[in-house]
Amino acid sequence: MSIAPAEVEQTAAQAEPDRPWITIVWNDPVNLMSYVTYVFMTYFHYDREKAEKLMLDVHERGRAVVSNGTRESMERDVTAMHGYGLWATLQKDD
Amino acid sequence: MPGGFVLEPNGRVLLRLEPVERMLMLSLCEQIIELVSPQDADPDADPLAVAVGIDEQAWTPEDPVLLRLFPEAYTEDPAASSDFRRFTERDLRQTKLNHAQTVRDGLERSGEKVLLPLSLGPSWLGFMNDVRLALGERIGIDDDFHEEVAELPEDDPRLAMVGVYDWLTYLQDSLVQIMLP
Repeated sequence: MSIAPAEVEQTAAQAEPDRPWITIVWNDPVNLMSYVTYVFMTYFHYDREKAEKLMLDVHERGRAVVSNGTRESMERDVTAMHGYGLWATLQKDD
Repeated sequence: MPGGFVLEPNGRVLLRLEPVERMLMLSLCEQIIELVSPQDADPDADPLAVAVGIDEQAWTPEDPVLLRLFPEAYTEDPAASSDFRRFTERDLRQTKLNHAQTVRDGLERSGEKVLLPLSLGPSWLGFMNDVRLALGERIGIDDDFHEEVAELPEDDPRLAMVGVYDWLTYLQDSLVQIMLP
């Protein structure tokens, strides 16, 4: 255990007013198109049309924004995507 | 390619495996279990933090396979990524461990006919995906992969991994088709 003081500095983001955060899923050469569609339908409860459109965006454009909301909820979504084996990140929506 | 998962009229999912395939799948389970098992907690760590799955420190994995299974959550903020890892990686490792153990248990209870309820489908999908991610990283799979494989010499050790990878791709897709809502 470190004897240094615990980090108390808050990140700047917490001081800012609510700005939407987004979850991005990135393309990779391993994940199956059918599996990515399955994940979007199962986890986000998107209908097949929306799930397939997002999957194609990931596949053809390299990435897709799959959800937005608070930072906490995006961290939950990213954790879930990593659980399924999809490569996901979160960031502030610019 | 024969085989693959089949939905039975009774709502269960059937997978027929040759003995050698079953042994291979069991071996893959053991390898994933070893790879993702949470590291032993530091004996000096805060017991409350350990109990709720938070690590005092977290490192970005150097092994590309581990980095693919436990990726960075922020592209341009290493400090936030590290914090995220401290709070989530232990649970994520447990999730992947549970998938591999579920598959191993199912295989150990079965012979060449593996019958599983649909409720275990997500664990099998997650496990097969983790193996494919790990193999894909070791083989160096990219978008031009299949053209490159055709040019590999016959004695290239990656060819055996490619065979397993393609087999799991086929199996996983057959189960996805059953599991799609």
